[in-house]
Amino acid sequence: MCLAIPALIKSIDGLEAEAEIGGISRRISLQLTPEARVGDYAIVHTGYAISIMDQEEAEETLKILGEMASLVEESG
Amino acid sequence: MRFITEFRSSELSAGLLSQIRLRSRTPARLMEFCGGHTVAIFKHGIRQVLPATLEMVSGPGCPVCVTANADIDKAIALSQVPGVIITTFGDMLKVPGSRLSLQEAKAGGADVRMVYSTMDAIKIANENADKAIVFLGIGFEATAPTIAASIIQAKERGIDNYYVLSLNKLCPPAIRAILDSGEVRLNGLICPGHVSTVIGSHPWGAIAREYHIPCVISGFEPVDILQCVSMLVAQIEKGEARVEIAYRRGVRPEGNPEAIKLMEMVFEPAPARWRGMGELPASGLKLRREYQQFDAELAFDIIAEPACEPEGCICGDILRGTKVPQDCPLFASTCTPEHPVGPCMVSSEGSCSAHYLYGGSLAG
Repeated sequence: MCLAIPALIKSIDGLEAEAEIGGISRRISLQLTPEARVGDYAIVHTGYAISIMDQEEAEETLKILGEMASLVEESG
Repeated sequence: MRFITEFRSSELSAGLLSQIRLRSRTPARLMEFCGGHTVAIFKHGIRQVLPATLEMVSGPGCPVCVTANADIDKAIALSQVPGVIITTFGDMLKVPGSRLSLQEAKAGGADVRMVYSTMDAIKIANENADKAIVFLGIGFEATAPTIAASIIQAKERGIDNYYVLSLNKLCPPAIRAILDSGEVRLNGLICPGHVSTVIGSHPWGAIAREYHIPCVISGFEPVDILQCVSMLVAQIEKGEARVEIAYRRGVRPEGNPEAIKLMEMVFEPAPARWRGMGELPASGLKLRREYQQFDAELAFDIIAEPACEPEGCICGDILRGTKVPQDCPLFASTCTPEHPVGPCMVSSEGSCSAHYLYGGSLAG
């Protein structure tokens, strides 16, 4: 049930959207995430977007982990 | 693929793994609650690369698996009512109840349809005005708001042939029951990702404080899980116990207020039956009085024979983390994904299925 592939929102029509999930186009509901915008990535659960991916947080996490990985490599 | 490939990076995984190996000194047992995490951990071989100090156990976070036989029997009994169409997520079809599975009921003539979403169930209700459409409400807090949304939609659109059999369950009460029982000593919790997108981190923060156990919310990619384990190890080694989020791109501390609002509008907490754990207070959801017209439990006279469990199956113990699939005499002999005896082998998120498909001889 936990489809963890983020869906790219391509177009919005009211509280529904066309989203691309791993190359496949699917209609999803935005009833639980009315703040969604075209271009957002959503976590989709049983056809509903339940969370909009925070791109800044994703980049921040990757940056911290990247720095940590290079530190471990240097000391290792 | 955006948000996927980056979080499967071997460089970042190696860095995290080195850090875990360097820091982990105290023997610790970590439980992943969520079945999605169980599958990811097995698929990426994470158990095999962790240091010997860390033991991983799977928890009860597979919604299909924790559905009690008595409730499956109830769904099957409903499928026998003339004019009823049962709609359900795919995994439920093959789960054996006491006597039959929904799939077998379907083969026997019942109208049972697999749907991907409650939106599909509403559509079926709309197209079959002369039938009663019952959606089997299986799932945790990530699913409950989607069911609530469908009920609100049915009410708004005047769809009066749509019903929900609410078998929804809540995750924090189940974790509390496991911690209260003391059957398994746990030193850290890998908290569910999707459930936490809805409920946020606060319910886990309360558990961390009350039980003095580190709680970290994880995503589903290998980097997410290793980051989560690394954060748990850091807390364990420092003697800390608090909630942290290792899935910040998806989970906010406050969760999803809109989803919580809809869930609370339609449902209220109620006791629920869990396979292996019995009835736990306030661990399920029932429809509030304002939405009772959609409650399948009230709309139909459901008569099911007393439930019984398959002989030899230890799914209940596996769900509590007290036993592993290899302890089961049926595992990989009479019970396989093709011919499952218990739900943990049926569901794609079940522990037995993950052990069977990805476990190999190293799993334990």
